[in-house]
Amino acid sequence: MAPVTYLEAIRSAMAEEMARDERVFVLGEDVGAYGGAFKATEGLLGRFGAERVIDTPISETAIIGAAVGAAYLGMRPIAEMQFIDFIACCFNIVTNFAAKSRYRWGAGVPMVVRGPCGGGVGGGPFHSGNPEAYFAHTAGLKIVEPATPHDAKGLLKAAIRDDDPVLFLEHKYLYRRLKEDLPEDDYVVPIGKAIVRREGSDVSVVTFGAMVHVALDAARRLEEDGLDIEVLDLRTLAPLDRQAILESVARTSRALVLHEASRTGGIGGEIAACIAEEGFEYLDAPVTRLASLDTPVPYSPPLEHAFMPDADKVIDAVRRLVRY
Amino acid sequence: MPPIAPAAVGRPSDALSRNQLLELYYYARLTRDVEERLAILYRQNKVVGGLYRSLGQEGESVAAAYALARRDAVAPLIRNLGAILTRGVRPRDLFAQYMAKASSPTRGRDLNTHFSHIPPPDSDEPVIVGPISMLGDLVPVIAGVTLGARMLRHPRVGLTFVGDGATSTGSFHEGMNLAAVLKLPVVVIAEDNKFAYSTPVPMQMAIDRIDRRAEAYGIPHEMVDGNDMPAVYDAVKRAVDRARAGGGPSLVGVDTMRMRGHAEHDDMRYVPRDLLDQWKTQDPIDRYRRWLLDRDVAGEHEIDDIAKMTASHAAEEARLAGESPLPDPATAARGVYAEDAWMEPRLELVKSPFA
Repeated sequence: MAPVTYLEAIRSAMAEEMARDERVFVLGEDVGAYGGAFKATEGLLGRFGAERVIDTPISETAIIGAAVGAAYLGMRPIAEMQFIDFIACCFNIVTNFAAKSRYRWGAGVPMVVRGPCGGGVGGGPFHSGNPEAYFAHTAGLKIVEPATPHDAKGLLKAAIRDDDPVLFLEHKYLYRRLKEDLPEDDYVVPIGKAIVRREGSDVSVVTFGAMVHVALDAARRLEEDGLDIEVLDLRTLAPLDRQAILESVARTSRALVLHEASRTGGIGGEIAACIAEEGFEYLDAPVTRLASLDTPVPYSPPLEHAFMPDADKVIDAVRRLVRY
Repeated sequence: MPPIAPAAVGRPSDALSRNQLLELYYYARLTRDVEERLAILYRQNKVVGGLYRSLGQEGESVAAAYALARRDAVAPLIRNLGAILTRGVRPRDLFAQYMAKASSPTRGRDLNTHFSHIPPPDSDEPVIVGPISMLGDLVPVIAGVTLGARMLRHPRVGLTFVGDGATSTGSFHEGMNLAAVLKLPVVVIAEDNKFAYSTPVPMQMAIDRIDRRAEAYGIPHEMVDGNDMPAVYDAVKRAVDRARAGGGPSLVGVDTMRMRGHAEHDDMRYVPRDLLDQWKTQDPIDRYRRWLLDRDVAGEHEIDDIAKMTASHAAEEARLAGESPLPDPATAARGVYAEDAWMEPRLELVKSPFA
């Protein structure tokens, strides 16, 4: 099989799951004939028909509400947010209806809400968001964000098969920039399991999504300094793989927590607290966070560049850590 | 906008048997008696939090739910206790909910009517989806229930309720529009009960009739006297039949009055006294009792026996619920995710003595 992109991996995960399980269906804005704003659902309408690939009005709350109702009856909806920023429009029904349902009533909501997140593409304040922290604070939701085509497919399949609501964040910068050979057989990547992308002994960079590649780039360049960087790709943000985080920090004694969402109140705070509370004895330096500025995502490239972490900023942060 | 069904079709309530007509009375009476019992428990400080009465609105909740087939779905609000009892929920479960008992359908995790009953996909048992406190959300959710049922080839009509206040929310409008566009078998009961907490209807909408909220979505609608139980049954039954036949959603506006405050703590000083006096003469249960007597469906003794039966049933069920323990604090963290399969939905539905 030819190598596939991150976007194609997402599309094939949906197609394979829809073929495997008649209860799986897709709904969202422009997901049918147009195939989705990023073409993630291209071809699904022709293959599975309008009953299972449902174009909806511009109504994020109705999309999620309908998905919740259908999921109660045993369906497995995949709801697309055209940009994940738009999930703000349905924050209530995601966090109050879907997330709390099992705890309140024992009624599970096996629903996937997927959509493109992330910046670096000149999307501006409303098409570049990374909303994981808003949702990581909500008990009952699971949150995943793959960094590779392999994981995009395997995690999406796991999310569709999961009995709880899963927020599936797709980094749009990665959609067409990565290609990978994937296993021909059916496989899933389990939710809740991080992976070490690069083993190292000096500093652990704990990250996810597109920042995994920024961290790997920085790690390659830091080899010239004689520094051996470990890169831990969390893959799942809720529930966090705390064990993998602590094991990595135990090996390196230094932690840089890296994410693309703004720093204050970001998921990095939770990760740093986990390391401080449970891994304090491992540490030779304070846990450090590197994240985006505490501003909306700016539009113009030099501004967005200043806003986001990049390999240079990672290198600076790592050097500061090892000098501590 | 076309009416929900041509008027020439005749009154669906004409087809109800004597037993069914008495069963409607039974459920309306039971609703009131359960709430009267809850009011006592509230005054005794045995209700945790607030008590939300449906006094004066019991008739529309019962009559609307009575228009459903067994397998249909209902998504009631806090003031639709009548719909919940009519679907077969035992009063003891309601009492246990209000008293936050371990034996309650939510095992003490959520309050009053906030619980669900979700049978297996191919079951003919009723689906019940409880509300969240952010109103309007039940409209898209009940739309999704009917969408899912249609896809599972086990279609169910979905009935939900919204108050006049909730018709101002975006969720209501998004849900209505989606149901219309996808032609889903949804029936929405929009209750004009004159106040949303303390806000009167003219501050909620600048249209004169709540049912006209449906107009923008191409959804057929009509207004009905909400305290006339047979009239509510007729309107909702036509809407349900239309939905089942593939005609899509409709909205029935009910003209009624919330005879108590938003909850029992609310002295409703904002409600004009004469408005309450005027509606007091329109009590839905009194009116239906007269209707039954006028048509010789039953005699006074028989009807009064039903009221005795519901009052003692409510008292006994309250006693049962009161005896059950509060939840074990050690269970507080259980069952957030499926991996901890701790709380399976469980609700035993029962039939009335008239079934």
